[in-house]
This record gives sequence, structure tokens and C-alpha cells, in this order.
Amino acid sequence: MSAIIQGTGAATALTTLNSKKLVARSRTSLPGVDAGRRKRCIVAAGSDASKSFGSSSLLTLRHSHKLFANAVATKADTSATTTGHELLLFEALQEGLEEEMDRDPHVCVMGEDVGHYGGSYKVTKGLADKFGDLRVLDTPICENAFTGMGIGAAMTGLRPVIEGMNMGFLLLAFNQISNNCGMLHYTSGGQFTIPVVIRGPGGVGRQLGAEHSQRLESYFQSIPGIQMVACSTPYNAKGLMKAAIRSENPVILFEHVLLYNLKEKIPDEEYICNLEEAEMVRPGEHITILTYSRMRYHVMQAAKTLVNKGYDPEVIDIRSLKPFDLYTIGNSVKKTHRVLIVEECMRTGGIGASLTAAINENFHDYLDAPVMCLSSQDVPTPYAGTLEEWTVVQPAQIVTAVEQLCQ
Amino acid sequence: MATAFSPTIPLHENRTSLPATRLVPPPPSSAFLGSTRSLPIRRLNHALAARRSPVVAVQEIVKEKKPTNSLLITKEEGLVLYEDMILGRSFEDMCAQMYYRGKMFGFVHLYNGQEAVSTGFIKLLTQSDSVVSTYRDHVHALSKGVSARAVMSELFGKVTGCCRGQGGSMHMFSKEHNVLGGFAFIGEGIPVATGAAFTSKYKREVLKQDCDDVTVAFFGDGTCNNGQFYECLNMAALYKLPIIFVVENNLWAIGMSHLRSTSDPEIWKKGPAFGMPGVHVDGMDVLKVREVAKEAVTRARRGEGPTLVECETYRFRGHSLADPDELRDAAEKAKYAARDPITALKKYLIENKLANEAELKSIEKKIDELVEEAVEFADASPQPGRSQLLENVFADPKGFGIGPDGRYRCEDPKFTEGTAQV
Repeated sequence: MSAIIQGTGAATALTTLNSKKLVARSRTSLPGVDAGRRKRCIVAAGSDASKSFGSSSLLTLRHSHKLFANAVATKADTSATTTGHELLLFEALQEGLEEEMDRDPHVCVMGEDVGHYGGSYKVTKGLADKFGDLRVLDTPICENAFTGMGIGAAMTGLRPVIEGMNMGFLLLAFNQISNNCGMLHYTSGGQFTIPVVIRGPGGVGRQLGAEHSQRLESYFQSIPGIQMVACSTPYNAKGLMKAAIRSENPVILFEHVLLYNLKEKIPDEEYICNLEEAEMVRPGEHITILTYSRMRYHVMQAAKTLVNKGYDPEVIDIRSLKPFDLYTIGNSVKKTHRVLIVEECMRTGGIGASLTAAINENFHDYLDAPVMCLSSQDVPTPYAGTLEEWTVVQPAQIVTAVEQLCQ
Repeated sequence: MATAFSPTIPLHENRTSLPATRLVPPPPSSAFLGSTRSLPIRRLNHALAARRSPVVAVQEIVKEKKPTNSLLITKEEGLVLYEDMILGRSFEDMCAQMYYRGKMFGFVHLYNGQEAVSTGFIKLLTQSDSVVSTYRDHVHALSKGVSARAVMSELFGKVTGCCRGQGGSMHMFSKEHNVLGGFAFIGEGIPVATGAAFTSKYKREVLKQDCDDVTVAFFGDGTCNNGQFYECLNMAALYKLPIIFVVENNLWAIGMSHLRSTSDPEIWKKGPAFGMPGVHVDGMDVLKVREVAKEAVTRARRGEGPTLVECETYRFRGHSLADPDELRDAAEKAKYAARDPITALKKYLIENKLANEAELKSIEKKIDELVEEAVEFADASPQPGRSQLLENVFADPKGFGIGPDGRYRCEDPKFTEGTAQV
């Protein structure tokens, strides 16, 4: 409430800050939100230690603040730099991959149709022409074997990026991912490292059917020895790809089928994102909403409605699915005392279930209400559009949940 | 136990009707070998066979190497082979003793009887070549050069073990000697071996390094019905990887006879189906194995691609120390016991005047002392401390994440003891 009242005065103050973009944004977005954000900038300085807050704080934020007009496609700008180049998410992934392959000749790609075909989602487009058929290896359809081959190659000095054409196909590689990828560093007493990146698109798409709409993050999360990250914007897609390739640990990078065409302007200079950190999307006061991947956009869409109704949600894209960034999350919980988790995993045993447990264990004293978790229904994703829509969490449900929690 | 499907005396009795491939050099135009020629009938008579390799190696290179006195090995080579096999046998026998004395636990799979395969292949490899094995991996590690102390300590679960006590019997690894494991599930090491061979090819072709390292993957007859085996045969032949797939066909997968589980029990035939040579060799004769291995390793080093070698062998003990071994026929066991590879090599060395009894006895004594010393070393070594619990889970321990206090969990000094929340 207070945020809106202060809004009119603060909105004008905002326009004095540099950049046409900010002005443009304040025109298309709600005044209350901008003002609220400015107020929050000052108050929430402690919530994310990685950001620098100050008078010109909006421009120096390392993580971009975006408002999204709709759930999927968006135009947004990074406040980190006024120069930069615009590209789509799959191009950002490709750029990150190409830069790492240029930088280190041991980085190679293997997967189905990554070479001549350019990748079924074009993430490896043009790379085979540039780097050759051995560095961008078209494998036969044998996920278990080529994932294992990547692991063996990693143990002997290479840094493979293994692509699952759809994350669901990696179920066939579960033996290798669980037994070898996760465990070999430990069972060999630290002698061998497995610096692989396993990546691919997952998540519920547009009527792709049950088997192509799987969310494997919940299946893999218990495997000790692996890290899991989920990208959601071109900026963090490139940053996480680069960080994952440089990491000595095996990292599973979850992309989402519907996010590949997101457009954003990213910096020209080289950057990487921290694999273990969460991303503050929208600071707030009333409630912490934790999300990742595509649900971030549903949450931001709901946030628009919520702000109109006078709520001030803090939205965090957890990005690191394993391990959780309990610092960012904890600071948020300590501030807002209410948590809503919005995820695309299934209800049972999903990332949200683990996150709920972690929050309850670590921050129980700070909670004013039970942690609520909105997940997909425990059903195989139906083909019919209407049924599929009801399987995943929609913005309206998020709004209702926030209203319920904030009573 | 004889059933309608499994004769008590397996495969080789019927050998008279079965052809085996011989290794031939590929004609320049063809991409791979097929098996079109058959060998003359191989006899069961072990003594005769020892003098003549039934797998006629027609390679020019091998022909040149053959000494004019038609012996397959020199004295030095013979003694190396003998010592390696004695080490394997003594070590495994000691493992059994230690197990029953409660010094090691869990699943322990012993290699007694199969020493010819390990020695025959691994003694031809260099340090930078890689070996991948299964759970029956003690002797592969020893042959490759891992010290008996390190292996025994690992079995006792001590810090001084080759894997710091974290792996155990089924996970023998050595970075120094390029032993890439030690895998508990059958078949899961084969893709890893394929990856190691891929790295070798990558180093040569992409990184332009002078690399002719080969990888030898050992696995059993049961594994040959597993999908990973076939997937890797395909990829290895497709990419012409420098790998040798060695099937240690000891006819039994715990209690499942090879003949009861496999539609076509001749595993070597599966090689040509994927475009690589498939060879069958008597795995109880180290010299024969060595001849075949030389050919296969040379092929791989020259960049001609993979080979599938099926070694007919036998394990004198049960599948593991927990296996009562009731299903196998006593007659079958006796038959193979008569073909003990160590006895055969000893006989060959003595009959061909390559060594005398005294020299061989001294080797046996030396190995006995070595193994005893390994046990003493393992006994005296400390158990892992609590602080080792969470070490080596991640190569980069930042992977444990950021704790509520804003620091990385691994920065907490008590973290590795598992006291901190993960």
C-alpha cells in the first residue's frame, strides 16, 4: 500500500536518473512498481550481498531488473551496461559455448544432431563447421553410451558438453549420470575429475506430449556429486553455460523448450554467472516467491497483477537447483517472513519439496506462515491444450496463493 | 547342473564344428574386417596347443617378431609373465583369507583362474594406456602396476588405499597407472573405456599431439547381453577408436550359465556384425592371449580401430566370496583346473629351457613376501577419519553451495566431517 502512495512522487525522481530506457520503462509499466523499487533499493541493500546499492543504484545492479509484459516473450534491458548486443536465448547459449571452445581446445560437444544439423534447438549451429566433426560430435542414438563416453573422456582430460536432445532422453543415461558422473570422483578417492556439462531442453512445452515434457531436475537432485542449474534469461544462460564448462564439477544445465526465443541485450564484454548463486529478480517486502526457469515468467506476470492489488512480492530466481543458495533465500525469508515456491516440477519429490524442507529446517523461526509450494500436478503431461494448461501453475493461481499467504 | 538347455560341459567340446576368425590385415579399400575365413580345428590338447598359437597371426609385423627358434617369448618376458600371474593368484588367495578373517567386507570378486587374460593383455601396455575393468578388478590393477600395498589397503578400507578407502573392492582406480575403474554395475565401464579411447583419438586429431594410447576394456560374458556393450561396439567401430574389448568369458554370470542366457553364445561373432574383427582365444593360455593381444593393440595404435577379443577362461572360485558356487559341475571345474594358466606357463618355461625350477620358486617366494608385506602395511594403516567424509564429493567443493551465513559451506572448517547441514 505504502509503495503506491509514494509512487507518484518517486516516479518523477526516477526519470531524472540516466537512460532513456528507464524513462521508457516507467511509461509502459506501473508507476507504483517503479517507485516501490526505488524505495526498496534503499531498504533492501542487505538482501543480496552481491549487489551494490547506492544513489545511482539502479544502474549498477549486477543482476538486471526486468518487468515482463507477458509470460514468455519479453523485451527487457540490462541495467548493467548501455552497450551490448541483443540476442535470443539459444544464441546466448551458443555464444557462451563458442567462446569456451575458442578459449580451451579441450572443450568439445557430443550429442545427437549437434553437428551437421546444428542442434535440434540450434544451440550448436555453425559450431561443427568451425571446429570440426570430432569436436562437435554427432553421436548415434545411444544416450547411456555417449554420456558414459563423455564421462570417460572427461576423466582422461577433455571437457565434454553432452547434449540431451530433450532432457527426457537422459533417463536412458541415468546409469551413467548417477553411477559414474556423480560418483567417480569420490570412489576414485579424488583421483579423477569429471568436468562434464550435461545440458538440454526440458520442461512442459506446447502440447509436446507426456514423454517430451518431463522435468528431470527432480529425478537427478539426489545424486551426490553433481550440481544442477537452470537458466531462464539470455544473460544467465550464457553466464551459466560458461561457468558450467569452466567448473571442475559435473554440472547439469537445464534449459526450457519455451524459453529459447527470449530476446535480451547482453553485455559485449565477457562475463560468467556464479553457479551457486540465486538471482534477485524483483526485490519486495511482503512475500518471497522462489522460482526457476519458465515459471519465473509466470511469476512475473502474476507480480504485475499483485502489484496492482497492492502487494509487493520479492521474486527470486533460484537458478541453482542443487545446491540451494540459502544465503539469498534466507535473507529474503528473514525480510518477508512468507514464502511461496512456484515450480514446474511435479508435486511429489520435486525441487520445491526439497526447498520447502531446507527453508523449514533453516529459517523456521522467521516464518509467519507455512511455506506454500505450487507445483505441477502429479500427472503425465497430457497432450490436450486445456489439460496441459491445467497441469502447470498459471499466474492466476500464483496470485491466489499470494493473497492467501498474505492474509 | 545339467538342464535341457545347458550341457554340463560347455562350449569348447563342440569346437570341431565352430569356425573362429583369424586376424587379418584389412584390405586397403575396405573400411572394416569381416570374418570370412575359418581356422583349422583347434584341439583341446593343451600341451600341444601351447607350442603353437591356434590363432594364426598373419600380420607381417608379428611374423617378423617371431624368433627363429619359434618360441613365443624370451626368458625375460617369460619371467615377467610368470611373476605377474603368481602375483595375481597369491593376492587373490590372500584376499580370501583376509575376508574370512574379517579384514575386508562386502562383495569381493576373485580372479583365480583368469590370470592369463590380465597378464596377457596388460603386460603389453604402457603406463599411459588405459585399462577399464569391472568389479573383478584387483588383478587388472595389479597387472597395470598399482602396488599390492595400495590395493590391499583399499580392500581393508584404509586411508592408504589407492582410492583412500572410499572405493573398495569394486572400485580400483589409479590416475598414475591409468586404471579407470573398477565398476560395480556390469557394462557401465565400457562407455567410460570408449571415452578414454575417444580422448586418445581427440588428442591425436584435434590437439595434434603424438598420442597412440590405447584402452583395454575387460568385462564378462554376462555383460555381452547388455545394451551398453552393443552401443559401444557401434561407436568404437564408427569412430575407429583405439580400444580393445576383451570378453572374459568364464561361462557363468553368478549362477546363470552363458548358454542359458545368450541366444548365440559365440561372442566373438558380434564383432564383425559391428565392423570390427572378432577373435576367439584360449584364455587359459597366456601365450596365446598375448599373441592375440599384440595384434589387437598394434591395430589400435596404428589407428585401424577396435577389436573384440573373446577369451575362453574360467574362474576357479565362486562369483564372489559370498557365492556358495553350487551350480557349477565338479567335472567342469576339474577340467579347467587341469588347464591352470600358471601351471601351463611354468611347464612351457621349463620345457623350453627358459627358466628352471629354482628361478620360478624364487619368484613365488618373492611374491609371497610381497603379499604378506602388503597385508602388514594395510593392517598398520589408519582408518579414514571423519574429516574425510565429504572430501572428494566435488572436485570443486563450492558445489556444496552457499550457507545461510553467506559463506560457502566448504569454508566452514568442520564441514567435511558432515556436521554442517548440506
